[in-house]
Amino acid sequence: MSRRSRKGTFHGIALVVIGISLIFYLIPIYWIIATSLKRWPDIFVMPPKFFFKPTLDSYVGLMTVRTMTPEGAKIVGASAYPRQLLNSVIIGFVSTALAVSLGTMSAYAFSRFQVKGKNDLMFFILSTRMLPPVVVIIPLFLMYRALHLIDTHFGLILLYTTFNVSFATWLMKGFIDEIPKEYEEAALVDGYSRFKAFVKIVLPQAITGIAATAVFCLITAWNEFAFALIMTTRNARTAPPALASRMGSSGVEWGQIAAGTFIFLLPVAVFTFIMRKHLLRGVTFGAIKK
Amino acid sequence: MRGENGRKPRGLRDYELKMMFIVPTLVLLIAMNIFPLLWSLGLSFFRYSAIENSILKTSLFEVGLNYQADLNSGSISEELRQEFRNNGILLSQNATVSTEKKDSKWIIADKENEYYVKKKDKLDIIGYSKPPLKPVGTKNYSRLFTQRSTWSYFTTTAYFVLLAVSAQFIIGFGLALFLNREFKGKGMVTTLILVPMMLSPVVVGLFWRFILDSQWGLFNYLISLVPAALHRITAVLHFPGNVSAWFQNTASSARNIIWLTRPKAALFSLVIIDTWMWSPFMMLLSLAGLSAIPKYLYEAAEIDRASAWFKFRHITFPLVSPLLLIALLFRTMDAFKLFDLVYIATAGGPGSATETVSMNLYRRAFQDYRTGESCALAYMILIVIIALSSIYIKYLNKAKGDSQ
Repeated sequence: MSRRSRKGTFHGIALVVIGISLIFYLIPIYWIIATSLKRWPDIFVMPPKFFFKPTLDSYVGLMTVRTMTPEGAKIVGASAYPRQLLNSVIIGFVSTALAVSLGTMSAYAFSRFQVKGKNDLMFFILSTRMLPPVVVIIPLFLMYRALHLIDTHFGLILLYTTFNVSFATWLMKGFIDEIPKEYEEAALVDGYSRFKAFVKIVLPQAITGIAATAVFCLITAWNEFAFALIMTTRNARTAPPALASRMGSSGVEWGQIAAGTFIFLLPVAVFTFIMRKHLLRGVTFGAIKK
Repeated sequence: MRGENGRKPRGLRDYELKMMFIVPTLVLLIAMNIFPLLWSLGLSFFRYSAIENSILKTSLFEVGLNYQADLNSGSISEELRQEFRNNGILLSQNATVSTEKKDSKWIIADKENEYYVKKKDKLDIIGYSKPPLKPVGTKNYSRLFTQRSTWSYFTTTAYFVLLAVSAQFIIGFGLALFLNREFKGKGMVTTLILVPMMLSPVVVGLFWRFILDSQWGLFNYLISLVPAALHRITAVLHFPGNVSAWFQNTASSARNIIWLTRPKAALFSLVIIDTWMWSPFMMLLSLAGLSAIPKYLYEAAEIDRASAWFKFRHITFPLVSPLLLIALLFRTMDAFKLFDLVYIATAGGPGSATETVSMNLYRRAFQDYRTGESCALAYMILIVIIALSSIYIKYLNKAKGDSQ
């Protein structure tokens, strides 16, 4: 076999391997979608059904509370899930907005000004993110209980802002470092104040970075479970602990769990796709820029 | 330079702006991270329970009714002691039992706690008094150190980290080697493979529970397809002996594998789930490292007719290794902290087969309310994590030095 054709064979094998792994990574996600659209008996058949007549029953079941009447099931109101999703949205967006604002500001200061012990401070900021949450969760719980912040939106927003601000600072510093200083210096010469130069010159240039950072913060806040489990009970409960407790209650309604899961992961999948160019940077704290 | 070039800047001076920009972040981090961290350290030297009064009143557990003799003698029999032990409460030798108001309510008093007992058709241990805050020195630590179970949680976690991180490394890096070529739809395929790691561990854990179910789970069905196909082929081709029957048996036993609820398989199931979720991360970082290797190095090796192994060993691996180490560092830290996935998929069970340290910390802190002791455990975890990461960083610096 010549070298060239051997290479061609290897290329073919590589494509087959890639195809198989793609199936491995996507089948569970397909299965979530499929299960959420199946009729109840179809969920538990062996061999599993890959093709079936879709129905939205599970979604209706997830979102509503029904009661049995002689004429069949009747919807009497909305279930807790829409509210819990709304909590996730509110807490996710507000904490992201705060974390990205604070992070962008401190990143700008670290990028442009001389700060005493800059490297130590940056390392300190990074280390707070590396800290295992389990180490601080107990005192935070006691603190929140004393301040009556348990089960409040504000409490979770404050927590998620704290987690994300270190990440946002690091990521934004990378993005702001890449913006040439000359633009602002020209604006300063033109009589802009430093703050105005930051708002009018730097922010528009950093908009891609801000968007990427925001998406990562949003996904982190959206997916967070441990703190939401411990710090909320009812009022501010977000979707992840709610989905987890659905497991225990009312038997195991796999169709409804699948529906809830799919609604919950859809925005993350969409955002991942939009942010694909920045993923590498995002998952490594901006350590690897490309 | 900035602001010092003689021109008086308008608006906020640079110094004020700098403070305004940095201070809020630092204040937030200190208040929400450093302060709790110190508080936690302090609490680890105290006997303290953060149990709420409402929880005190709810039933702890029930025991049988045949302990009247205990009440008569006032001391605790070995059987009752065992019942308490089964529920995670160790009574000291000096514990006593007494009664209030026509023995409708018993009180089992230990030197630290009082357990209230209601007598119905069973003894209902309805709660215990909140032990007072008391400095105990390093007792929390020494108790944790001497408890054999503490070490078993650490070993379980270590097994998990070792298995999961190596599986993710092999699969992720291997996949990156295959993906590091030009083909149609490369960007799309890479993005799709990356979706799992962006999902919430809760969602992943919940769903894999369904997929790994031994009765109607998809996983068992899919892995049984291969031996089932081989069974058909060997049957049609009339293979000698009982090869075909063996494949048939394998297929049917694969269909009934119990994953999450069998002690020996549960940890392994978690490894499978975690690998599904996080091998894309390894793949992403490996791919970044691979695509950054300059092509001319391979071309030069090609001219020298170097073997594929030589190229891998002397070009690919040394140049990717700093990035691989970063990936391994991130994954090891994360895997060591594993909580969400365990909580959802196995809750530490069956028995304590998948009880990781984080899971155990949650249990101690928020179910048993042994707050002081949990803080001590948290610090043990912190020290292990710091030690692990400094080992990695040492190797990382070495690898960086080598590749330059």
